[in-house]
Order: sequence, then C-alpha cells, then structure tokens
Amino acid sequence: MSTRLARTGRFINKSKPVAFSFNGRNLKGVAGDTLASALLANDQMLVGRSFKYHRPRGVIASGAEEPNGLVNLGKGESFEPNARVTTTELFEGLTATSQNHFPSLEFDVGAINTHLSRFLPAGFYYKMFMFPAPFWKHVYEPFIRKSAGLGKAPKQRDENTYEHFNIEADVLVIGGGIAGLAAALAAGQSGARTVVMEQTAHWGGRAPVDGAVIDGKPAEDWIAETLAALSEMPNVTLRTRCMGAGVYDHGFVLGYERVSDHAPQPGGLKHRLWRVRAKQVVTATGAIERPLSFATNDLPGVVLASAVRDYVVNFGVSLGDRTVVVTNNDDAYRTAITLKEAGLEVPAIIDARTEANGELPQKARALGIRVETGKGIASVKGGKRVTGVAICAQAGEGAVLEEISCDCVAMSGGWSPIVHLWSHCGGKLNWDADQAMFRPDLDRAPTGADGLPFVTAAGVANGHLFTAEGIADGFAAGRAAAKVTGHSQKAGQAPMGEDAAEDPLEPVWLMPQGASYKLRSKAWLDFQNDVKVSDVQLAAQEGFESVEHAKRYTTLGMATDQGKISNINGLAILADQLGAEIPAVGTTTFRPPYTPISMASIAGPAQRDLFQPVRKTPMSGWHTANGAFYEPVGQWRRPYAYLRGSETVHEAVNREVVNARTNTGLLDASTLGKLIVSGPDAGKFLDMMYTNMMSTLPVGKCRYGLMCTENGFLSDDGVVARIDDNTWLCHTTTGGAERIHAWMEDWLQCEWWDWQVYVANVTEQLAQVAVVGPNARKLLESLGGMDLSKEALPFMQWADGTLGSFDARVYRISFSGELSYEIAVPASQGRAFWDKLLEAGEAFGIMPYGTEALHIMRAEKGLIMIGDETDGTIIPQDLNLQWALSKKKEDYLGKRAHLRSHMADPNRWKLVGLETLDGSVLPDGAYAIADGVNANGQGNTQGRVTSTYFSPTLKKGIAMGLVHKGPDRMGEVISFTNIGGEPIKARIVDPVFYDKDGEKQNV
Amino acid sequence: MFNAVSALDHRTFAGDVTIREDGLRGMISLRGDMSLAKLKSVCTSLTGVAFPAQGQANSDGAQGLAWMSPDEVLVMVAHDAVDDALAKIAKALKGQHHLAVNVSDARAVLIVEGPYVRDVIAKLAPVDLHPDAFGPGSFRRSRLGQVAAAFWMRDDQSVAVICFRSVADYAFDLLKAAAQGGPVGHFPDS
Repeated sequence: MSTRLARTGRFINKSKPVAFSFNGRNLKGVAGDTLASALLANDQMLVGRSFKYHRPRGVIASGAEEPNGLVNLGKGESFEPNARVTTTELFEGLTATSQNHFPSLEFDVGAINTHLSRFLPAGFYYKMFMFPAPFWKHVYEPFIRKSAGLGKAPKQRDENTYEHFNIEADVLVIGGGIAGLAAALAAGQSGARTVVMEQTAHWGGRAPVDGAVIDGKPAEDWIAETLAALSEMPNVTLRTRCMGAGVYDHGFVLGYERVSDHAPQPGGLKHRLWRVRAKQVVTATGAIERPLSFATNDLPGVVLASAVRDYVVNFGVSLGDRTVVVTNNDDAYRTAITLKEAGLEVPAIIDARTEANGELPQKARALGIRVETGKGIASVKGGKRVTGVAICAQAGEGAVLEEISCDCVAMSGGWSPIVHLWSHCGGKLNWDADQAMFRPDLDRAPTGADGLPFVTAAGVANGHLFTAEGIADGFAAGRAAAKVTGHSQKAGQAPMGEDAAEDPLEPVWLMPQGASYKLRSKAWLDFQNDVKVSDVQLAAQEGFESVEHAKRYTTLGMATDQGKISNINGLAILADQLGAEIPAVGTTTFRPPYTPISMASIAGPAQRDLFQPVRKTPMSGWHTANGAFYEPVGQWRRPYAYLRGSETVHEAVNREVVNARTNTGLLDASTLGKLIVSGPDAGKFLDMMYTNMMSTLPVGKCRYGLMCTENGFLSDDGVVARIDDNTWLCHTTTGGAERIHAWMEDWLQCEWWDWQVYVANVTEQLAQVAVVGPNARKLLESLGGMDLSKEALPFMQWADGTLGSFDARVYRISFSGELSYEIAVPASQGRAFWDKLLEAGEAFGIMPYGTEALHIMRAEKGLIMIGDETDGTIIPQDLNLQWALSKKKEDYLGKRAHLRSHMADPNRWKLVGLETLDGSVLPDGAYAIADGVNANGQGNTQGRVTSTYFSPTLKKGIAMGLVHKGPDRMGEVISFTNIGGEPIKARIVDPVFYDKDGEKQNV
Repeated sequence: MFNAVSALDHRTFAGDVTIREDGLRGMISLRGDMSLAKLKSVCTSLTGVAFPAQGQANSDGAQGLAWMSPDEVLVMVAHDAVDDALAKIAKALKGQHHLAVNVSDARAVLIVEGPYVRDVIAKLAPVDLHPDAFGPGSFRRSRLGQVAAAFWMRDDQSVAVICFRSVADYAFDLLKAAAQGGPVGHFPDS
C-alpha cells in the first residue's frame, strides 16, 4: 500500500485538503501535493499503460524525468493531454484520466500485446508494415493510429491566454538547487544582471532531502537565507515554475514559465515563454537517477530510490510498508535510512557490489537493516503491483536464492548529470568511468559569436555529485560568468558544504550480469516506449550499431520523456553487445526542449483574432459593412465581391462587371504598392530595375513597366509616374510592395551603393480609388475642382489638384479597358473620399466592385496578372511583351539572362487566348494535351491554362494560356485536360477578347 | 481638414496600463546626410527639440525627432504643418541629395502608459527594456508581435509606438492583450 504518513512532508499542508478526481473517482489530497503524491497518498499506484504492450505502469520518479505518469488533464476548453503527474501541482477540482488503455485502466484489452511480445520485436513496424504498399494506407496506418498514441488531441479551443517575454541578462542561471543558488549569489554580488530559473515550485533541489549541510547549517536554512539575500538584490530575478527549455545560438535561451498551471483561472494567463538573450548561461540542472535493468523492473511499485525518499520527506507519502532497496552505490542507502527512520520496514538492501562499508551502509546496518552484497534481483514478483522480489547472485545467471516479500522496490543504478542544456548548443561530454556517467567537458563548451564559451555547467550537472564540490562549483561558475560580462565587484565567501562520504559505485548495466534471454526480454530500459534490454541487443545484432540508428530502430528514448532515465542504460547495453567502450558508442543528440512545452506558449499572443495581422485599408470598415466577401492578398483582405441580398458570389461578380462596363464601378486600389524613387541617379536606377525605359518618361506622364529578376524571370509590373525631374512614383502589385521595396534597397545598398537614390514606401500614405466606366469622368467632374477632360488629362497622364474638398492626384490609367481614373488621396481622407464618391455616384449608377471583377475585366482585355500568367518561370517574351524590353538600354536586370539559349528558344510556350468550342469555362490550370507519352509514361503536354473566367460581358468562357508556339497557331483547336471528364476542346485566339481597338478607354 | 481621420480615431483602452491612439500626427521621413549642419538645423527648428543621437528620440508633445538609421531621421510636426515643413526642408537642403516625404497617414501613433509599461512592450518586442538599457528618450525600430513598429520611451511610465496604419487594429489589440496579461515583475522599477 502506498499511503500518507503521520508525520508531515516539507511541501504539504495537511490542514488544507484539496479535492480532485482520477478516472472519475473523487479523491482527496492536500495543499502542496503534486498529482503524483496525491495519487500515491490514495494508494493509486497504477497510473497508466505503456505505449506498445499496454503494460500496467506506476509512478517511477518524482520529477521531470517521469516516463509513466502521463494523464489527460481537465475537460473541454481546459483539456490538456500528456500532463506529467510528478510535475503537475494539485489544485482544487483537478480532474485527470489515465491514457492509452481500452476499455479501462484496470482491464486493458491491449495488454494482450505483452503476451505477443515475441512477435513484436525491435523494428517490428519496419519489418511488418513494408509490403504490400496499398496496405499501409488502408490497413496498417488506421490500425497503428488506433493502437498508438498516449494522450488524446484536444477537441475544443483552449480557453487560456499565453504570452512571450523578451529580456536580456548578463548571467542566466538555469536550476535553483544549491549550486544554482550559489551561482546566482556570486553573480548577483558581482553586480551582474542575473536571472535564475527553477522548474519546480521549490528552491534548493534535493539537498534538504539528502541531508546536506552548508556553512554548518542544515541545507534548508542556508537556502532560506540565500533566497532572502537574493531577493534583496535589484539586479537578480528569481523565478520558480520556470524551466530552462532550450539553449540556442548567440546566448538565446527559452524559459517556459507555467504561470497558473498550479491554480488555473478560466481564460487566464497560463504559460509565459521567456525569450532571453543571455551573455552567459550557467546550467545547474542537477542529475537524474538511473534505474537498474532487471526482469519485470516495470511493475508498479518499482521506483527510483531517490523518488521514494522524496515522497517521504517532501510529501509525507510512503510507497509501501516494506521496501527492498536495490543498488550499486552508497547514495541509495539514504532511502533505506529515511524509510527506517520514518518507521517503515526495509527487509533488505540488495547491493550488487561485493563490498559496502561506507558511512551510509554502516549507518544502515547500525539501524538493523539487512544488507546483502554481491546480490541482485532476478525478477520482481507481482501483476499490477509488486508483491516480492527474487534474489540472485549478481555475478550469476539468475538462479533464485531467496524470495523476499515486499510492496515496493527502490532501485538506484547511479546518477547521470542533466547535460541537456549544456549540450543543446554544442557542449561536449566526457565519460567519467569512476562515476559511470557522462559529464560536461568544460574545455569544449558551447561557443558564441566571439568563439568564446557562453555556457558553464555547474554543480551536480557538472559531475560534482557531492555537496562540498557541487556548491563550490556553482559559486565559482556564477562568479566566473559575471566576470566575463564585465562584473567583478567583490563577492562574498563561497559557501562550504558537507555530506556523508561515499564509496565508489560499481557500474551495473544488467542484473544479474549473466541474465538469460528470458530475463533480458523482461528487463525494461525505456518504460514509456516499451524497449527492453533484449530489443537493444537485437538491434545491435541486426547491424544497427550507431547509437542514433539503434535508437530509431528500437524507439529507445523516442517517447515524450526523450529517454531521460533510459538513454544511458540503453547505450551501455549497446556498447556491451558491440564489445565497445561506452564513450566510443556515445550518446544520442540532446535537443530542446528539455521537457515538452505547450504549443500555445510558442504561439504566445498569436491566437484567435491576433493569430495573424490583417492589413486594412481606410475603406475596410465600409467593405465589411457592405457585404464584402474577402480574399487574402498577402496580409491584406481585399473584397472579392460585394454580396447584395441573397445573390451568390458568382452573381455578384457578374453584376459588378456588367455595371462597371455600362455605368460606373468603384475599386479600392489602396493596397497597390507605391514607391517613391528619388535622386540624381533615380532615372539610371529605374532603367536598371525595369526592362523598359523610365529615365525618358516626361514629367506628368505614366508608363507601364515590367521588372525582371537578374535571371530574367518576370517579377512584378505596374504603372510608373514621373513626378518631377528627380522623382518617380512606381506602382507595384499588392503583394509586391514590400518585396520590391526590399529588392530596390538591396541593389542600392549592396551593388550600387554610390548611386544617389533614395526609395520610400508610401503605399499606406495614400488611399487609392479606381473610378471605372463610361460615366467615370462625369462623376469626377461633378465633384468639381479639376479639369479631367480628354484634352486636359489624356490617357497615361496624371495631375495633382483638389477634387471636391480632397487633396487628389488623379492618374488616367486603365486596367479594365474602360474610361478609368485612379485617384490617390491621403489615407486619412480615404474613407471620406470613398463615401463622397458613392454619394455623388448615385446619379451615375455607381457600384463598388471586387478583385474578381477586376480580374475578369483585365482578362477580357488580354492583360496579364502577375501570379496568374507568371509563376517565377515566365519571361516577358513568353507573354508577348517584347515591346517592353528596351533595345536602346545597355543593360537592365534580366537582359543578359534573356540571351541564354533556353530563354531564347523558339519552342517556349507563349501566351494566347483560348475559347472553348461550346462556350464553357476551361478548368483553371488545365493542360493542353499533346500526342504520345514521355519517358515516365505520362501523357505529353503542349500548354496550360493560366487564367480562365466566365465573361459576363461576352457571356461565354474566356481564358488565357501558354501554348507551344501559340501565337503561330491562331484558329487551331486543341484539347485540354478535364479531371473526371472528357477533354475539352478550345480554339487558340487573340488574348484581347473585348474592344481590341481600345475605343472604350480612349474617350 | 474635416475629412481627415486617423487609423483608429482616438480609440482607447483603459486599464492599469492604458492604450490610446493619439490621432493624426505629421510625420516626415527624411533621408540624407545626417552630418550636415543644414539638415540638423532645419530639423531642430521645425520641431524645437535637439537632434537625436543613435537609438534616441527627442520629443515635446506632438513634435519630435527620432533616429531611424544612419541616413534617416523621422521629423514629427503637427499634422497640418507637414506641407510647410516639407517646403522648409526643401529650401534648406536645396541642391543637396535628400528625400523628404510625407508619411503621416501611413502610420498610427499609439501611446501606452502605466506602471508596467516596460513589461507590456517586452512581451511583444525583442528589445532590452531594462531601465539600465532603455530609459526616457530611448528609441528602437523593431517589431510588435508580427508587425514592424518603432517606439520610444517618453517617460518612465509612457511609451509611444508608431506602426503602419493598416495594422493599427492589430497593434492596438496586441498591446491590449499584453496589458491584460498583467505585470511580470522582472524589471526593477515595475
């Protein structure tokens, strides 16, 4: 039985009961509990089922390394899968359900897999599910998806909020144990801006549990005094419930603060992601105890020795009345002593070493505890719970010498420093054979931009397992880190630590050392992913000799705990099987985050309405209030059409096109890019940027221009207006404004830095409205203030003036084929101007139109659209735009590329119009079918559709496309693909479908 | 002008940290040789504030100067004084290669004020807002969340933010969310 002890724990307050539920059972814990300690206090040892074999699993650890205790937490909007019970603080009303079982935790059908384990060896999925290929999609994948997966995906939107926090620090200390606190003390006293992050709710780490003495005082007293001192320092920030999640290049560190997981508020702030730029990082992250690999070491009740005493000391919880301790080191004797002193039974300490005569073993013996040296556990007895252990000689093959009944096994295979954060950014490790652990090699530290180390490991995380060395190492690391950042005020004395002297451990990677296959195939390494000693050995036999390959083949360390307690044991087995030394096999790569962090914390505020910025023009409010059906164009939302009454989008688009061609249409063109290019060399510069000549454009006039990349591909287009001698205004596409601005700056800053040109992006300074249609001039003239007659403002010219009461620049340009003006006013006047046009336009049948009507009208005129007719592989010649390629200019971007043989190839597909024989609309992107098949057995093609619409003006389908030698094949009928139907026949025609002579716009 | 409206038309969020859109402000983007005495003097005479050092903004009410880059300064004047200011700049820098352009309406100005204003900005911008590094007059061109923004500290509890007009809604709501998240308790004076 696991139960609450009479004496209280360090972290709990028994006078404050906390109600919670597990799998629907109402239980009671107390304030200060973790979910793990509360479950154990209620004798709920079984917390989940393993991933592959659905074996019953209990809590094995007391901290972040826990592989088994993962639960679904909360319901509905607060639901969260894979919550680790050891790091989940209990709160009133907490609801948890266990994972990965069907139909119930106690009786799980999937547990049959454990009896099939002979047929589910390492690499089973790779071997089994290879062939036949169609089985994967229809049989294997659905099966695996159903049987796999620990937590469930949330079904409802998360109700909580999340945020980021950006700071800089001189010294960031990760880990608030005694080494971390000592480092913070030294750094703080030195005057450095210091931040300390501790992942749990408590400072001091495990020193108080392990009975460390510092400066002659119990560790707990020193911790309290140190915290008080640090709190007084304005240059020190202390943060609990904040995990150092990852260390990245340039001293960037992510801290994951669980702001309210311990006291949730509906809709409240849940997690905060600290984005720290630290000059120096001290990783004082402690160590993780390793399990021992003996048969059925995965039964609920087999627990890490350190965790057993954590539960007693910190939470007042015992895991069993009779605990057998099994160890290869002195430290685990602390557990036996703690239990004995708490009044619990310790039938035996099974020590794999042949001798155990250190201070702690002697103390254990003095307390009357039986110590068996040279022994090991052959197997653990029990089903869903430990009932006893079979003892054998460690040196043998597992012949049972004796069975001891017990309800808990406390195991310790030694300690592994937590080197994750040290390693994230390239810190290297050495194998310390004496202590059987990988520890940081401070001579091969992660280095920053200056080539100098920016991470220091300290304390236990640096391989100093004992208090004296650990705390001194922490203090020294803090002082050194502060000094590197230029802070070397006199710090106080380094704290002095002491604890019991320990004899060396003896590495034990398998128990007993000659264990039979039967025992090895029940000796778990990875408890969450069900990887056993026999699986790693099989992987090695099958040739997966690299630790990275063996990991992926067996899935060792690939579960959500990332192998915190299994990796070292696994690679030791691999090394043994390969007959190699452990350091020669090496470790797998440590990658951030240290433990999983919430996706929402990464998103931060980018959720709901703030998911993405939506750019709005000054007229957006009117659009939304008047039926706009939006489409995204970059980060803008542009009205695709304005829906009236019950009409469909298609009907709205047709109405808008017909009205613009017969009365007056109004388009919000504010999103078009507007770049001012100015300076003595601006003309020369624009002649390089555009394929046609811009330097000769007279002041007051407009010219349509094309821009190519240096590889000759069409990149952007737009109308350029000459403003004055030194100044041009270049219109770009909506999506091109920022890109072309950056493109111009790139050339000016990196290539032609000596040219005198400045560029300014004034896209948002101006609201721009296109007034389009036969009544356009009448409407604008009704506003008064400017002469917009054909004579005063001919096609492709502009004029400044006051239109009505508005400061306006009027361009006489047309993208629709109609009489058309584009009027730019200051953005602050944009909405008023729009409203004024609507009011004055009532007499002229005015109707706003959206981007689809714009697209149709330009297609009826055979005008190309960047992004439709172009896709990054199209050159102007493909679109019959040779007229826009200046022959007079010595150079422009793309000119030389156009001379390449492939670019000059007469066989390139070229732009034509397409008309179906039956008047239907061609499918977008359809291919023109050619005879024969290619080398891959696919049908040959001779062209494709780039734009296709129903023309409400012509009342039939019209399209543009690129066709092999298209312009030479006018009148020819070719077939286009039609998915799910017969090919469609279309005739090659002139792309200008409407008003070929331009009479409509030239009035 | 009666037709002119700022992006958010003085929208306000009232909380422990308040956010208000500050209405129309005249802004001129001036690029040129920042070492020119003529350039500096026209800037200071237009605004009444000293020419700013790198990373600094000097402001007095709606008037001010902000250091944008080694060849750019932002000149802030009253919204209806821009044309006049442009004319004065053109006169002062006649014959000198420069670009002065009215960007008043391309922008929105948001004022963020309150005891934990540093926290609010630090939640959104990758900038060191520690009082040792960012005090009154400090100015940065950076980002807020996913959009470009510039901001400077007016006093210890007040920050002025400039963003593009099209994303003023987003910036306002983002600042509001950051303010509603409450203080973090990291910076010494907050």
